[in-house]
Amino acid sequence: MIEIRSQAFDPWQEIPAYQAAHPELKTRAGASAAFVGTMRDFNQDERVDTLFLEHYPGMTDKHLTAIRDEAMQRWPLLGAMILHRIGEVHPGDPIVLVAVWSAHRAAAFEACRFIMEDLKSKAPFWKKETLQQGERWVESNTPGYSN
Amino acid sequence: MVRVKFFASLREQFGAGDLDLPLRPGMSVSDVWAAAAGQPMPEHVLMARNLEYVQGDCAVEDGDEIAFFPPVTGGAA
Repeated sequence: MIEIRSQAFDPWQEIPAYQAAHPELKTRAGASAAFVGTMRDFNQDERVDTLFLEHYPGMTDKHLTAIRDEAMQRWPLLGAMILHRIGEVHPGDPIVLVAVWSAHRAAAFEACRFIMEDLKSKAPFWKKETLQQGERWVESNTPGYSN
Repeated sequence: MVRVKFFASLREQFGAGDLDLPLRPGMSVSDVWAAAAGQPMPEHVLMARNLEYVQGDCAVEDGDEIAFFPPVTGGAA
């Protein structure tokens, strides 16, 4: 499932909803891994009040689908979902949910990480922060791997 | 004709509406930038032709959609 959504979502309702729609996961998936990225109220030493997320309709969906398909080819996944916010986001709001299901944990951990890192480097999304004074575009992402 | 789109900070700089440019023989994606933006391309600008990433020397064909945008910053944390 790939979705770009302009309304707030609760990842801890989305995951059971996906599982309910794919009942085979319940007995076949021994492992599931989920990543939730949430908006912080601080960035680069400044308080951030709101975030506006822009995307490229057509290209963003296409690349999310390609990232998911590549993960499904590289690991024996039973299911995978990517849900990403666009529009105005507030501190504490989830921005992205990546969740995967597989028989064993290695594939679930690795594929979830791969999807998230590939999304951050390839999927066309841009963030504009509204600060207490003025606004600014986020120019680059923080690295995802610690070494 | 070639359809040109800008996103994020480039959209604010060069306009939100799609721009249609006449295709010239031998036109590359960099040539489309020059014709649409009228100034040198800043560093780190990403380019797409028909929804796929390309380099500036990629050839352009009639009916193509060419997009220019800054580095992507999706996800969180």
